[in-house]
Amino acid sequence: METASSLASDTSTSAKILVRDLTVRYGTTLALDRVSLDIGERQVTALIGPSGCGKSTFLRCLNRMNDHIRSVAVEGRVLIDGVSIYDPTVDPVELRRRVGMVFQKSNPFPKSIFDNTAFGPRVHGVRDRVALCEIVERSLRQAALWDEVKDRLDRSALDLSGGQQQRLCIARALAVEPDVLLMDEPASALDPIATAKIEELIHELKTQYTIVIVTHNMQQAARVSDETAYFYLGRLIEVGPTEQIFTNPGRRETEDYVTGRFG
Amino acid sequence: MPIHTDRTYELQLEKLRASVLEMGGLVEDQIAQAMRALTTRDQALAQATIERDHMVNRLDVEIDDLAIKLLALHQPAARDLRLITTALKVTTDLERIGDLAEHIAERATELFGELPIKPSIDLPRMAELARDMLRRSLDAFVREDEKLALSVCNADDTIDQLHGQLFRELVEFMADDPRTVSRAMRLLFVSKYLERVGDHATNIAEMVIFMVKGRSIRHLDRPPREL
Repeated sequence: METASSLASDTSTSAKILVRDLTVRYGTTLALDRVSLDIGERQVTALIGPSGCGKSTFLRCLNRMNDHIRSVAVEGRVLIDGVSIYDPTVDPVELRRRVGMVFQKSNPFPKSIFDNTAFGPRVHGVRDRVALCEIVERSLRQAALWDEVKDRLDRSALDLSGGQQQRLCIARALAVEPDVLLMDEPASALDPIATAKIEELIHELKTQYTIVIVTHNMQQAARVSDETAYFYLGRLIEVGPTEQIFTNPGRRETEDYVTGRFG
Repeated sequence: MPIHTDRTYELQLEKLRASVLEMGGLVEDQIAQAMRALTTRDQALAQATIERDHMVNRLDVEIDDLAIKLLALHQPAARDLRLITTALKVTTDLERIGDLAEHIAERATELFGELPIKPSIDLPRMAELARDMLRRSLDAFVREDEKLALSVCNADDTIDQLHGQLFRELVEFMADDPRTVSRAMRLLFVSKYLERVGDHATNIAEMVIFMVKGRSIRHLDRPPREL
């Protein structure tokens, strides 16, 4: 049997993130079992699989969000641009600047649109008002939100619609100029039009960013991603070009999942 | 294989498969009836065969509708997607075979009352081969058997050769005795129709290979020896 680790080739030269034998335990529960995966630079990689398959755990390992959970044990290697992110010399705050994250439920701060967007840069020491204004405009433009909010930047972010709030969170993540954007179910709480806007945004963002997205919506994975990885029971079952995964996957388990034969 | 979590979807896919098979059985029978009408000079049977073609057309439309509905409502993937796209293409070939059966019956009608120019041996043999190819391509579809499908692709040469042989023979008849031209031409048409049935059966078999293996072997100079 071909193992998942042999599927992730070491020869890929454009891989931004290299994961090798990543094993994660929550206490005695095995959440990820020796997962190896290459994530291509300026590509969208979708992680799919049923609830509890380990895809979110995997995503959270990429910017050490799991550090905050007690009893979590991480083994294996995660290299971004060739640097091991679990090395003791790596500053997790700086790591999370480079590897931004957008969550399922939009989580703007109860502050103005401007202050939400400028939050990260301020934390990282930007004080100059003109510079902040530039960053806010650039980030909101990148998140395709600028035209909708440019006249009311001082209004509360909580007055925005759900879809706008989610794009604001994307703008907030982009404001600190990350290389990688992690998205955990970014459109699952949105209506079809807001979802389409997020997906359109993902298409545009991938020209500059490496994106990893977790989604339960398989059509969404099929639409937005270049590569798709299927997880099941903590293991990476198959990874390949998205088109192949959805038309002619290599493994029966993947086939059963993408055709709705699961369970 | 596990069945779909969504039972309605499972049932509709099953209906799609069954409808393709029903249509295949119908056109195979149409070829048999048309050939019997031709060889036994049975005018009524020829007419009945021509009239039955609308049943083939109806199934063609029904299968298209069902396939489009499945695509729109279920966003099928992988093997299901390949089954549905295969069904859409296979019905086109089956519908053409139905038309060819109708054409054979029409030529039979025209030949009714004319003296035979030679004993009917080659055409029934070609028809048997063509029907066998069709039957096997449909079996391969149902059983998802890519090897059986490949054997159909490799059988097409025989029917092509028989057509070539009959062509030369009928041309000789026409050259020797111009009074045979109208009859010989009609027999030649039938030979060409049967040769086309073989081509359509080959198309179906190629689609079955795509359906099972997710790989296209169409438009190659020769079918591969193995998959």
